[in-house]
Amino acid sequence: MKEKLILVGNGMAGMRALEELLKIAPDKYDITVFGAEPHGNYNRIMLSPVLSGEMPFEDTLLNDRQWYEDNGITLHAGDPVEHLDRVGRQVKTAGGLSADYDVLLLATGSTPFIIPVPGHELQGVIGFRDIKDVDDMLEASRDYKKAVVIGGGLLGLEAANGLLKQGMEVSVVHIGDTLMERQLDKVAGKLLKDSLEERGLNFLMEAQTEVLIGDERVKAVRFKDGSEVEADLVVMAVGIRPNFSLAKEAGLHCERGIVVSDTMQTFDPKIYAVGECVQHRGNTYGLVAPLFEQAKVCANHLAHMGIAFYQGSITSTKLKVTGIDLFSAGDFVGDETTEELVFQDASRGVYKKLVLKENRVVGSVLYGDTIDGTWYFQLLRDGTDVTDFRENMLFGQHHLGDSGHGEADQLALLPDSTEICGCNGVCKGDITSAIKQHGLFTLDEVKLHTKAAASCGSCTGLVESLLASTVGGDYESAPSKKPMCGCTDFTHDEVRTGVKENELKSIPDLMKFMNWNTSDGCSKCRPALNYYMICAWPGEYDDDYQSRFINERVHANIQKDGTYSVVPRMFGGVTSSKELRAIADVADKFNIPEVKVTGGQRIDLFGVTKEQLPEVWADLNAAGMISGHAYGKSLRTVKTCVGSNWCRFGTQDSTGLGISIEHITWGSWTPHKYKIAVSGCPRNCAEATIKDFGIVCIDSGYELHIGGNGGIKVRATDLLCKVETEQEAKDYCAAFMQFYREEAHYLERTAPWIERVGLTYVKEKIVEDNEGRAALVERFHESQKYAQVDPWAERVAGKDEHEFKPLQFVPTQKAS
Amino acid sequence: MSNKQWLEVGVVEDIPRLGARVVKIESGDIAVFRTSEDKIFALRDKCPHKGGPLSQGIVQGENVACPLHDWKIKLVSGEATAPDEGCTASYPVKVEDGNVYLSLTATGA
Repeated sequence: MKEKLILVGNGMAGMRALEELLKIAPDKYDITVFGAEPHGNYNRIMLSPVLSGEMPFEDTLLNDRQWYEDNGITLHAGDPVEHLDRVGRQVKTAGGLSADYDVLLLATGSTPFIIPVPGHELQGVIGFRDIKDVDDMLEASRDYKKAVVIGGGLLGLEAANGLLKQGMEVSVVHIGDTLMERQLDKVAGKLLKDSLEERGLNFLMEAQTEVLIGDERVKAVRFKDGSEVEADLVVMAVGIRPNFSLAKEAGLHCERGIVVSDTMQTFDPKIYAVGECVQHRGNTYGLVAPLFEQAKVCANHLAHMGIAFYQGSITSTKLKVTGIDLFSAGDFVGDETTEELVFQDASRGVYKKLVLKENRVVGSVLYGDTIDGTWYFQLLRDGTDVTDFRENMLFGQHHLGDSGHGEADQLALLPDSTEICGCNGVCKGDITSAIKQHGLFTLDEVKLHTKAAASCGSCTGLVESLLASTVGGDYESAPSKKPMCGCTDFTHDEVRTGVKENELKSIPDLMKFMNWNTSDGCSKCRPALNYYMICAWPGEYDDDYQSRFINERVHANIQKDGTYSVVPRMFGGVTSSKELRAIADVADKFNIPEVKVTGGQRIDLFGVTKEQLPEVWADLNAAGMISGHAYGKSLRTVKTCVGSNWCRFGTQDSTGLGISIEHITWGSWTPHKYKIAVSGCPRNCAEATIKDFGIVCIDSGYELHIGGNGGIKVRATDLLCKVETEQEAKDYCAAFMQFYREEAHYLERTAPWIERVGLTYVKEKIVEDNEGRAALVERFHESQKYAQVDPWAERVAGKDEHEFKPLQFVPTQKAS
Repeated sequence: MSNKQWLEVGVVEDIPRLGARVVKIESGDIAVFRTSEDKIFALRDKCPHKGGPLSQGIVQGENVACPLHDWKIKLVSGEATAPDEGCTASYPVKVEDGNVYLSLTATGA
């Protein structure tokens, strides 16, 4: 017999917990759901667009009745649970139903707070919480003219905006002097008030409601100062209160909510709770993102996996009023220990404030230009030291050079036809409608459904901002602890540490030890794990070639038609007549359709079939050439200029240095592709300042530059240091490469890695720590002993022979 | 189907575990996959998305990730996994005494 799980509360948090549970333990429980509202689970976040008429209610349904049926879940909607008997492990509903449980999940949500002023029970006085409230408001807007919204917070303003759109005259009553004072400072609050007034909203600030006047239906609101305002509808939006009366009456420990531990367990081990009704480490939450994090943790424990912990959430807010861009997060007021960075442009209506404490972001408020809100929020949650780029921070991350998105800094104002994802041709309207229609909450879900940000990723920030502005503060932003992929809850860093500390030396061992939830992993985690093993155990680990992408498995680049391209290595970009003749002969012999010079000073042969690869390599090997690794997450090329050998400006032998550096570094596997260049003078013809590691020769020695990138997002290098001798330049090169190999996440290039960990940290380890640097150099050379084997020669000699041969040829007549 | 013609294409060990091999036919290549549990499947070697060679993808569970744009295709049916939509032909396969037999009568789209 399966255990019985009962969920009380058919809302977003509880249902999310069930969905997460079904993903990891679909057959564990016999599940029954009780809900007070007579619907399936709907997307409460989208009530504002329903009210403003931008979306029909049906589109907000996340789980329709069919879904419950398909998953074998019994649903009792419209029949609230009124009694909980913990000793008998039974719940009873208002309608007289009773049901037994083995495990109970409480997700009873919250109720809007109604100020108990005289008249609060009159007709036409409501909260803003569920679809019934929205229906009441829509009905009132048809029959009446004047609405008063009490509360100038997030919810109140969304309600006011919706009623305005339905044609009512709306006054917003606010007790404080700043709108949304929990999210905005005075300046941003004023900007918001001005633009809402322009749209036709009326504001009564610092007004304290004393009494609601009316006989049967409300007619007016009177304030403490004696003034009055007419009202046919009063919406109270002054806050929500966790709804925990059921739990409290059953004797569960409650304070401001149902008190839960980090595993979402209440004081009764048979009872878990998630959502707005809980109090965790003294906090209650009213936004969806934290509730979803709770749901995931709770599901993990309901499935008896027992490895997840909820450690609280930092939340951010966006206002869902079309055309208004506003973002806030963290401590945006600050105190004597903090400092502020402020940008203000009144005529453009832009205001940005960042609050820093010890060079880390602790809060932000953005108005008018919120495109970087997600970036600031990420910095906040990661606790990134911003010393190295604080002078440019207010201009935003895109200021550093996102290609192809131009001036897209005021997202809300862009027309729906604006192309957001240039790789896959996805427009703003496609993304926002997919978010609404499919009830998407995470960036990954948006990527899956729309393909936006799913290729090169340069529009990720834009897509995340669209997600945030469409679902408000309730989107599930990338969690601060980001799992490697869907197969595990562990982060890249945790996996790397696990590999080392537990001496895990094969992918199956690791997956078993770290509780992977899939048997084979996936195309995301397997290549990463394979790399981490190679890096941790040089010479010991057996490369798992089925865990490599096709390009690294067959040592050539797959092209769109399924043929491959072949790039032989030319150390330092220097070749010879002998090599060129061999390449020409290969091109003729195999009828290679295209021969092209690459950006990294190499020659690329296109259109080679897979079966031809070993023969092509054999001929190139015979002329002394080896694989150029143009296909790998590995050292690609060392680009050079001619330097002092020929150039009248050259200060050092940049060509010679480049060649010897390529001899040192070729064959090395890295988290992502890795490019080096050496320029012979500050004119920098080899473009060394957009490479992962760049050397610019000067008269007195060598400038070493790191973390450059010329691709999706141009990033000029940071100067690491200057050194005097060639040997030092080579050592620093090896040390930096090894440090990157050991510390970066798989598929993270040096540029984002340095922005994540900070230049100061890298300098500490490479420049200031002589012993540490020497150890890195040694580890690099040790690892190179095993890495510098030409993969082409190995395969010419017969390795992985099956890879290049069809299993079978079928004669034509047999095909049907 | 009673009139199914079975074609012997090799032994199970010819196909790398978590990998694939190609059967070349004039009408288009067929990819033959082997999962970690040694189950064998055959699909037309063409992703329903942009025609990528599925035989070159990474096998995970009973799906293969296309090497071109990482669509996940079901080995059992040739269907793309949601939310992607599309289907490539799948072919019946049987294993007897370690020999792999393929039928060239497609069952999928």
